[in-house]
Amino acid sequence: MPKPKVAFYWCASCGGCEETVVDLAEDILGVVEKVDIVLWPVAMDFKYKDIQAMPDKSITATLLNGAIRSTEQEEMAHLLRRKSQFMIAYGSCACTGGIPSLANQFPREQILKFNYEDAPSVVNEKKTRPQLAFTDGARTVNLPTLHNVVRSLDQVVDVDYYVPGCPPTPKLTKAAVTALLEGRLPPKGSVIAPDIALCDECPRKASKPTNVAFTEFKRPHQILMDPEKCFLAQGVVCMGPSTRSGCEAACTVGGMPCTGCFGPTSRVRDQGLKIMSSLCANLVPKEESDINKVLEGIPDPIGTFYRYGLATSMLRRKMNMPK
Amino acid sequence: MKPIVPKKYEPVRIGFYICHCGTNIAGMVDVEAVAKYVGTLPNVAVSRTYKYMCSDPGQEMIQQDIREDRLNRVVVAACSPMLHERTFRKATEAGGLNPYYFQMVNVREHDSWVHTDRTEATRKAMALARAAIQRVPHHKPLEVKKVAINPNVLVVGGGIAGIHAALTLANAGKMVYLVERDATIGGHMAKFDKTFPTLDCAMCVLSPKMAAVGSHPNIHLWTYSEVAKVDGYVGNFKVTVRRKPRYILEDLCTGCQECVNACVYKEPKFADEFNLGLGKRKPVFLPFPQAIPPVTMIDPEVCLNFKRGKNPDGSRTVSDKCKKTCIEACGDRKAIDFKQQEEIKDITVGTIIMATGFQIFDAKRTPYYGYGVYPNVYNALEIERLINASGPTEGELIMRNGQTPKKVAIVHCVGSRDENTNRWCSRVCCLYSLKLAHLIKEHTEAEVYNFYIDMRTPGKSMEEFYNRIAEEGVHIIRGKVADVYPDPNDGTTGRLVVQAEDTLTNRILKIPVDMVVLGVGLEPHPEAETLRRMFNLSCSSEGWFLERHPKLAPVNTFTDGIFLAGCCQGPKDIPDTVAQAGAAAAEAFSLIDKGHIEQEPNTAYILADECSGCKSCIPLCPYTAISFDESRKKALINEALCKGCGTCVASCPSGSIVQNLFEDAEIFSEIDGVLAELPA
Amino acid sequence: MIEPSKPLSGPWTPRIVAFFCNWCTYTAADLAGVSRMKHASNVRIIRLMCSGRVDPQFIVDALAKGADAVLIGGCHPNDCHYVEGNYKCLRRYQMLRRMIADMGIEPERLRLEWISAAEGEKVKRVVNEMVETIKRLGPLGIPQKFEEWDREMEHFAQHVAAKDAAAGNGCAERGTQPQTLETTHA
Repeated sequence: MPKPKVAFYWCASCGGCEETVVDLAEDILGVVEKVDIVLWPVAMDFKYKDIQAMPDKSITATLLNGAIRSTEQEEMAHLLRRKSQFMIAYGSCACTGGIPSLANQFPREQILKFNYEDAPSVVNEKKTRPQLAFTDGARTVNLPTLHNVVRSLDQVVDVDYYVPGCPPTPKLTKAAVTALLEGRLPPKGSVIAPDIALCDECPRKASKPTNVAFTEFKRPHQILMDPEKCFLAQGVVCMGPSTRSGCEAACTVGGMPCTGCFGPTSRVRDQGLKIMSSLCANLVPKEESDINKVLEGIPDPIGTFYRYGLATSMLRRKMNMPK
Repeated sequence: MKPIVPKKYEPVRIGFYICHCGTNIAGMVDVEAVAKYVGTLPNVAVSRTYKYMCSDPGQEMIQQDIREDRLNRVVVAACSPMLHERTFRKATEAGGLNPYYFQMVNVREHDSWVHTDRTEATRKAMALARAAIQRVPHHKPLEVKKVAINPNVLVVGGGIAGIHAALTLANAGKMVYLVERDATIGGHMAKFDKTFPTLDCAMCVLSPKMAAVGSHPNIHLWTYSEVAKVDGYVGNFKVTVRRKPRYILEDLCTGCQECVNACVYKEPKFADEFNLGLGKRKPVFLPFPQAIPPVTMIDPEVCLNFKRGKNPDGSRTVSDKCKKTCIEACGDRKAIDFKQQEEIKDITVGTIIMATGFQIFDAKRTPYYGYGVYPNVYNALEIERLINASGPTEGELIMRNGQTPKKVAIVHCVGSRDENTNRWCSRVCCLYSLKLAHLIKEHTEAEVYNFYIDMRTPGKSMEEFYNRIAEEGVHIIRGKVADVYPDPNDGTTGRLVVQAEDTLTNRILKIPVDMVVLGVGLEPHPEAETLRRMFNLSCSSEGWFLERHPKLAPVNTFTDGIFLAGCCQGPKDIPDTVAQAGAAAAEAFSLIDKGHIEQEPNTAYILADECSGCKSCIPLCPYTAISFDESRKKALINEALCKGCGTCVASCPSGSIVQNLFEDAEIFSEIDGVLAELPA
Repeated sequence: MIEPSKPLSGPWTPRIVAFFCNWCTYTAADLAGVSRMKHASNVRIIRLMCSGRVDPQFIVDALAKGADAVLIGGCHPNDCHYVEGNYKCLRRYQMLRRMIADMGIEPERLRLEWISAAEGEKVKRVVNEMVETIKRLGPLGIPQKFEEWDREMEHFAQHVAAKDAAAGNGCAERGTQPQTLETTHA
């Protein structure tokens, strides 16, 4: 019986998700010997036309990481969707937009201008921009364009499963791939991570008192954080209570508060608003000015609460921007 | 309680009814158009209008449709749910459905009565109706929860408020535990001489009631006792009471006081608490003549038979150094027991009445009046004891220097209406100051000067009382006393000068007087903060126990089952105290008689499997309904304490708390419904 | 599944969703009704037990579904029927206002008012004021914005589908410049 075909693809991403697959270490051999990898730009030399040549649904599963921002990424998402039985959004960017989706706070033009003209290390007096089309003799080549909006994978194609995390842990990846290979698949649309918040598995939970009340917020660089105490109890914003577990509390065990990369539980529609609701309810002051003073300790609420999920938040993108 | 989820694939069939309400609704909203529109919406099986939905035929129609059209949800668009939600829930129930499968739409108070454009009003009604149609399929078949009420009552505090409440309930056949911290009941009123406006003697009025309490078969009178712990909730409070040892066995003591006579101390030597230190007592003593229970007590601090000082656990050690003539005098009764230990009592009660009273303002906080410095400055309570026939001077107004005053100044508003001390008016001081003026004149023929800021004498017969006192020749001067200082012209008698501006004549007065009486205000009990935490009550910003609503619920608190009586809720006079005590007793009685309380099933519950134990919700509940279950490391909501505000639900960062009747899915569907596009 | 809202036909008039607490503000709105205090008809009231129940998700969902503004009504500080729910609401509101401003929505579109059960007049005044403010600000139209944004994919998808159809189906090369895909792969 032929081995199932698997594709890995990356869109607007950092490469970390690819590294996670590599981090499977010796387990990767188990994966490689059980599947036929038909696309993996970072590691293998397959071409797009190889994919185009395949019959529809002949790829068992595509693990696509990265957000969708460019026309190329959009096109590949559609292509792989057509060719795959299961489309798996792999990593926070594909699941909820990830850090790239923070770009939804800025107009595309502003980003391009910064990158090609204003960035401190750029030397570009003529303000040259990439040409989107270039004709050389008979051939015209095009560059993909950037969309105005950064999207999660399921805002572009139908997604079967979500493996969250920035990046997903090797353990989770192995579990997802194994489930796939053994045909033990959960209902379509499931997130392959426990539907319970991080505090459930965080070793700092025991040190969290039952009467946390905020008189100020501190960011990790502003104080010397206790290595064992719950971050919220120290006045440091931790997204743990509003984030799925499954990562074995990697960040909190490692000395940093959770920043929310596993996304919300299934019972929450907007992760950022929920954690904000909880933090604010537990504030101490009652007067507007005192409240605002405390809230100044969170200078960038969008960046803090939507670090990985702006694309799939309720508002998705800043409203009054020029096109 | 998790609601029962109806069969999964049972199709939703909604009956929608919009009321004309005569022309109240139909005059502005095109009800036929609304019914027609709603009839096109998904899940709607029946969509009708009717003249008066709340009428019998209207309600009948709902019931009939439920049966005939196999409806499993009902929506009525009519007046405010505040008016008729209950009516239509009952109708729904009478039709065979769970009453909470009903949703009401307000198209009268919020629509037809307040808008002027027919088209707009109709469109609004359509939007609101749509919201309800989208919400109601999510409704669950909830049950009204009944919590049983234990018929016993705890009354905390044995002053006039506690006494009256206890008697009222005991007379009705309820078992009452009356816990009083002092060795005897009576409270402040027992210390008064005569009470305004009738000038009847306080003890004469009070002691029959005290005696009734002492002998009532339905009252467990626990004096010299304190509440140590309160657990539980309305209907089921588990209270721990600590009974302190008085070294006299209450059941055996007959109150003969032979022990007092026989004490090795021939003369009383120690400051007498009841007389505020103005008199003296022996180590074994009866708190005051009319004490209830009429049982003596031994002060281990000064009794020779005890070692000085407490042991680390608070108990006392017998030194056995004394001849113990008291035991000899007690004889066969054997009522003295130096080995008596503190006793812990655990009781279960259904309701609690707080009657812990007040404390008087400590006049040392207004040092310019010289209290505690000049011996001739007294506070009002001390004067009550001096002029009282059973007081330390047997009713003669004799000062510390042995003399009777010929001129007395009474200062109103000491520690009241003052930014620097207490801002509130203590309600009783003007009246008692006038009363004291009268009594002082009666006892001594002295010249009396009352210095007031505003004369406040509200209440039945109080104004008349004021007029009477004014006519008796008391000098009533409008001006806050600025200073009290020793008279420079006086050598030895301790005479003082009272300085005040007479604001009506615009003159500064400096009046030499022999005695100054400070009209001290009322303050919250010194342990109000401790008490309130123990009982889970709120306090106002001033420190008085907080009533649930100043007008509509003045004796209830935010904790179901706990009521307030008397000055612990705020300064008031004896008539109002007794009235409030009766009201608190009635509230308790009403709960007990019903046997159970019914809770609107809009309580919240934790999704046990989904809760991560993040503890974010625990501090949010003002009713302490949420606790952290250490064994499962998850949050837990006590349904009986939950009042259904939903604050924790909005907070839970993982969406693991659900509020019955106001679930997220229900609210989101309403939002969706009100914003849905309507036909042009 | 209920369809999301589509653009209103006819001239635009503000659509305001209000979350009113049962004990104070909802009752005040009833009082305004009983007293026949006429006011603008743009507000749709959703009843909750306490302003503390107002989940920020509700507010933003209302805006995202087409509301031009959201009004929250609660009891005055110190008067909350449930002791302190209104303070929690206030704290969330303060942060939420900042967040929607950061997301390009005028903070005036979110308003929190303390209205006691006796203040029917205040309900009328606040509603009328808010309608005037939103009329000035204009429609927010988030659903329309979402549609507009997503047209960038529609254009591309149609373009691609057309090319696909021209070249055959399924295994045909997708995309306008097959060579491009090779040369530009990251």
